[in-house]
Amino acid sequence: MNKKRVLCFILITGVLSLSVLTATAFGLSDAYKGNIYQMGTLKPIDSVLKVKVGKLAPDFTLPSVSGEKVSLNQFRGKRNVVLSFVPAAWTPVCSDQWPGYNIAKDIFNQYDAVLLGITVDNIPTLFAWTNQMGQLWFPVLSDFWPHGAVAKRYGLLRSNGVSERALFVIDKKGIIRYIDVHDINKRPPLEDLVGALEKLKK
Amino acid sequence: MVITVITLLFPITVYPALTAAKPPEKGEVLPLINLPIPKSPEERNYLGLSGSGLFKIPQIKANAVIVEIFSMYCPFCQKDAPGVNELYRLIENNIDVKNKVKLIGVGAGNSPYEVEVFKKTYNVPFPLFPDKDFTIHKTCGEVRTPYYMVVKINENGTHQIVHTQLGEYPGAEPFLELVLKASGLK
Repeated sequence: MNKKRVLCFILITGVLSLSVLTATAFGLSDAYKGNIYQMGTLKPIDSVLKVKVGKLAPDFTLPSVSGEKVSLNQFRGKRNVVLSFVPAAWTPVCSDQWPGYNIAKDIFNQYDAVLLGITVDNIPTLFAWTNQMGQLWFPVLSDFWPHGAVAKRYGLLRSNGVSERALFVIDKKGIIRYIDVHDINKRPPLEDLVGALEKLKK
Repeated sequence: MVITVITLLFPITVYPALTAAKPPEKGEVLPLINLPIPKSPEERNYLGLSGSGLFKIPQIKANAVIVEIFSMYCPFCQKDAPGVNELYRLIENNIDVKNKVKLIGVGAGNSPYEVEVFKKTYNVPFPLFPDKDFTIHKTCGEVRTPYYMVVKINENGTHQIVHTQLGEYPGAEPFLELVLKASGLK
């Protein structure tokens, strides 16, 4: 009986140690100082995808931080589109994702792709948050109201009202060619997205 | 039974070694950091290394090494990049300092591809190393970026950290001055 208790204790402690080990695996820029809210480790994926590779991407129109409204369909026949959904402003990982894309404009151009960043935050929050990232070259869209409607349509709205961390590549015909609903706790490696863009050429 | 217990205890015993409770500080030695010897002959030559495999920072042929923990995804690292490049040029163009002070960067959470994007975007002239799974970042107490460490390497092979700072990069000339004083080269 005692042996069982000891083993049980060791098991629980071991699992807890592992969770601590993985909980903080992100890099955080000093640009945000102490303003990032620590979320802890979250359930990696908490929604059920409603769209598929090979199918038409649902259209949407959302307001952007810079003021104009942006529709997915406005790029039809003109540019490939990358959608980058991130869960929330002022949180770890998200805050260190778009600044990387911000220095990769040449790569997106190389594949004739526009990038649209989307969160469920409202415009003032996105304005303050993205200002810390420097001057972003791509539109940042607010899926705030009706709350998370686009995320919900794509099957990305988590049970607590934020979206998944997800990347979509949509070709010039509006067809979804790549989906990465990523573990919310981790940043998708840039090379995976670039690999998906490379396949558009084939 | 014994194997089961050891397996279960493993995370508990290795955790302190993997994730440091605090960043490295002045007066301490570096945490265990293994880096791959660069494939580029120019970078190997710059660091005074030869062969292949792994090396430790104190093996770099220099009196002082400046280590920048950065990330391609970090706005301040991006902003500082031109100034840090200028530091490299300042060192390399000063005959009294050139072979005494070396500069390297470690990309926290960055894959080799991401490090290359950073290197290409800012034309970084000194060696950068990926740390895709945050191994080095964890041993350095999960510092925010950019984090600068100046490591003094003694003639007997020992070393010590003589300066650390989080961000606040003051520009190439003041930083070099600081490095030279902290490492006893001036």
